[in-house]
Amino acid sequence: MRLISALLLALSLFASPAAAVLPDEILDDPALESRARELSLELRCLVCQNQSIDDSNAELARDLRLLVRERLIAGDTNEEAMAYIRARYGDFVLLRPPVQRSTYLLWFGPIGIVIAGVAIVMVTSRRRRKNAAAATPTSPLSSTERTRLDAALAREDDNGDRG
Amino acid sequence: MIAEIGHFALIAAFLLAGLQATVPLYGAHKGDRGMMELARSTAVGQFALVLLAFAALVNAFVTSDFSVLNVAQNSHSTKPMLYKISGAWGNHEGSLLLWALILSLFGAMVACFGRNLPPSLRARTLAIQGMIALGFLAFMLFTSNPFDRILAPPSDGAGLNPLLQDPGLAFHPPFLYFGYVGLSISFSFAVAALIEGKVDAAWARWVRPWTLAAWCGLTVGIGLGSWWAYYELGWGGFWFWDPVENASFMPWLAATALLHSAIVVEKRDALKSWTILLAIVAFSMSLLGTFLVRSGVLTSVHAFATDPERGVFILALLAVTVGGSLTLFAIRAPKLQTTGVFQPISREGALLLNNLFLSAAAATVLLGTLYPLFLDVLDAGKVSVGPPFFNATFGPLMAPVLGAMVIGPFLSWKRADFRQAMQKLWLGVAAAVTAIVLVLILSGVEGILPAVGVGAAVWIICGTLLELADRVKLARVPLSESWRRARRTPRAAYGMTVAHLGVGLVVAGVLGATVFKTESIQNMKPGDVVDVAGYTFTLDRVERLNGPNYQAERAVFRISTDGEQFATVNAERRAYPVEGDTTTEAGIHTTWVADLYAVVGEGNPRDGWTTRIYHNPLVPWIWLGTIVMSLGGVISLTDRRLRIGAPSRRRAPTSGSSSPAPAE
Amino acid sequence: MRRLLYFLPLVICLGIALFFYRGLDLNPRDLPSALINKPAPEFSLPALPGRDIQRADDGLARTDLTTGKPVVVNVWASWCIPCVAEHPLVDRLAKREGVTVHGINYRDRPDAAAAWLKRLGDPYAKVGKDESGRVSIDWGVYGVPETYVIDGNGVILYRHAGALSPEILERKILPLVKGGG
Repeated sequence: MRLISALLLALSLFASPAAAVLPDEILDDPALESRARELSLELRCLVCQNQSIDDSNAELARDLRLLVRERLIAGDTNEEAMAYIRARYGDFVLLRPPVQRSTYLLWFGPIGIVIAGVAIVMVTSRRRRKNAAAATPTSPLSSTERTRLDAALAREDDNGDRG
Repeated sequence: MIAEIGHFALIAAFLLAGLQATVPLYGAHKGDRGMMELARSTAVGQFALVLLAFAALVNAFVTSDFSVLNVAQNSHSTKPMLYKISGAWGNHEGSLLLWALILSLFGAMVACFGRNLPPSLRARTLAIQGMIALGFLAFMLFTSNPFDRILAPPSDGAGLNPLLQDPGLAFHPPFLYFGYVGLSISFSFAVAALIEGKVDAAWARWVRPWTLAAWCGLTVGIGLGSWWAYYELGWGGFWFWDPVENASFMPWLAATALLHSAIVVEKRDALKSWTILLAIVAFSMSLLGTFLVRSGVLTSVHAFATDPERGVFILALLAVTVGGSLTLFAIRAPKLQTTGVFQPISREGALLLNNLFLSAAAATVLLGTLYPLFLDVLDAGKVSVGPPFFNATFGPLMAPVLGAMVIGPFLSWKRADFRQAMQKLWLGVAAAVTAIVLVLILSGVEGILPAVGVGAAVWIICGTLLELADRVKLARVPLSESWRRARRTPRAAYGMTVAHLGVGLVVAGVLGATVFKTESIQNMKPGDVVDVAGYTFTLDRVERLNGPNYQAERAVFRISTDGEQFATVNAERRAYPVEGDTTTEAGIHTTWVADLYAVVGEGNPRDGWTTRIYHNPLVPWIWLGTIVMSLGGVISLTDRRLRIGAPSRRRAPTSGSSSPAPAE
Repeated sequence: MRRLLYFLPLVICLGIALFFYRGLDLNPRDLPSALINKPAPEFSLPALPGRDIQRADDGLARTDLTTGKPVVVNVWASWCIPCVAEHPLVDRLAKREGVTVHGINYRDRPDAAAAWLKRLGDPYAKVGKDESGRVSIDWGVYGVPETYVIDGNGVILYRHAGALSPEILERKILPLVKGGG
């Protein structure tokens, strides 16, 4: 029984994939290496669930990490190296979707939402102010009301009812 | 036998929920007191029954009753007791039961603590709550019964995914669900208010504590999940923008916006329909999360085993709940009367800005999460939307929020003087600018973003403290007067201060984790030494050891600085024979301003072991910050507790300002 | 106009629900190849040694895909479990349907691969061994098994990732091979 479990342990420890970036992958040139790491973070591990190849310990991820480094050593720019991989695996491999017709909504959506929000706020608040102005009672506050209001406002300000 | 009791309890709860969903609604319509009161007894009864069912399931797990399919699939007799219990909600069926339990718990709490609510509002709120429960109990009974038996019970179970066998993750779902499901109360209140056609300051006061409680739970839940990812997944990350993470983050963003907009409704009688909409959206986001995890439409590390039938059911549930409430919103909300008007530069204006950008952020996360699905459905290609997209969009959207959260509290309601506020804040501005310049100089001007990030954290923390100082007029009046003011300051205000400080801590921690960390990957043999950020890590030994249901290789690192050893950390690789899986456990030593983090990978005595060592400055503040944030929520809640449901009684105005009334 | 604004959330919600409904039937892990309708990559792989039938001992190269006749390229490994499941279909494709099927043996030990073929039958015309997996990367392979249909001029017409099913074989692959021939 002990033998079996020892065997199991050995199997599962050594048959399981390697941890993410391994020492033997690391390039001697720190500048190239840091570029490689940067790119690795932008590439999706295709066989994993939502991981970059930098985080993944899958074989394919390791292959791609090595490939990125190879391309960089061969003199590719970051863009060329990414294009090289994209040509083989398509847009899906890019964790930062390329800006193109099908992703305009994605990339410009957030700013569009903000603009739409500001527009809605402006329109509604203008109308509200107009309504409020129209709804203002024609008779001004009586003097007692005025003092009560002032006292109330002073209290709010003073205590800073800032919830 | 006990499993059958659980099953019957569920059926009874389902029937009771049907009663709760209908009779009180009709009673409220007719003004029938008795029918309305039925809401309370059914809500409490439903909770008791679901609790019974839950207890039955936990019992089945604890006693390893493998004749129950769910137990056989997700448990194992050798599992430690904690994970036997947490295994009860570590699977689709059990987690649904936990969902239903918390749902009915909130219903029962409204029934018990909501004595001061107007009867019709309470009846309607509980009826809506009953409808949600009806849907979820039906979902469970028809597609996902946790009490299904198997005819030929196996001699032992299949075990629980080892990644889930972790204290952090054992308590992650209960907190997260407390938050998710707690938002159902805000939702039910919002729908009830739409039915009544009335939203006023009192309504906002009733809703706020529930939202706050849910928000606290959600904050802790997300924090726990992220903490788990940090030490268990083994590469030092804490947030991956995974669809399921996003699914918990979107309701959080919406709930945060809701907390702030409800203040405006309460104090200023404005932003009513917006607040109602937020309450609906926040809970809809929770439901969306539930759908995403269980339907298989998106890929995620955390997803449950999926099943199309369940996907259709829960989608229908989602469509009815959200579609129904939004239809009601579209019809009723335009009729809500608002009286409060305000200038753009005012407290309301700042809160509105906060709402605008928090909502835009939530919408962006939603867009990014669902975009691959959209393109796929339209057959317009496959894309991945990963962390680079979210980092690029989320940061800029948060920047105005981080700016406004400091300035806002300095602004007065209705109309404010921006310059005056900034004058009070000059110290904060100066501190932030100094921090930015300092970082730029120290880091050798390596990109402006890290510096701006540090500036933001300093800005939030200083600005928030300045606001407290300003509130008590520190250094402007005698200390005793300041102390008197501090004691008179409402707890809700302290809650805000503490929560905002928490945000500052989180911002700082996130920065440390992303920009300032140092990493070192190498092969080590016992005795080998690695220097990381001024700390010396020595691999002391690697030993094998047996856990309760796993075997592990444990690497022991000694950490020293300037030749003086001050800590050892244990990094483990665990192999779980039952599940046939391995996990990593990072060895972490925290100094509270930084984490020293070590992971051991594959290896053997001859060739050595792969090790990854990190110096993660400020990272502990992420979790410290989330705890501080929820603590702020709890402090605020203790203030509200005194008047949960108490209608806002306007104090009779005192003559003159000689004796300022207590704020609360 | 103002009233319409209040319907906006409902419209968005229903839109999303519709997408979800359609999305339930889709598999997010189903990836199209980036190389469809593009020429297959340049490559040349050494032959897998130890096969019973030495139909070609000079390996597999791109020139084998430009013979004027459509061919199928199947990427497999002896350690891959779905490969066993789809093997009868690959066999049928080669032996019953008379299609030329080449194999790329992905990250495998040659002796294990040869033994696997001995045990299950050897449907392949040529088998190139890709021990490093580099050639497979050029093909955009992200898991085994994968099956490619290539027209007579070396252009990739179709890629199926995962184990073949009779349906895929009959509906997708055979029409392409027979139609193109």
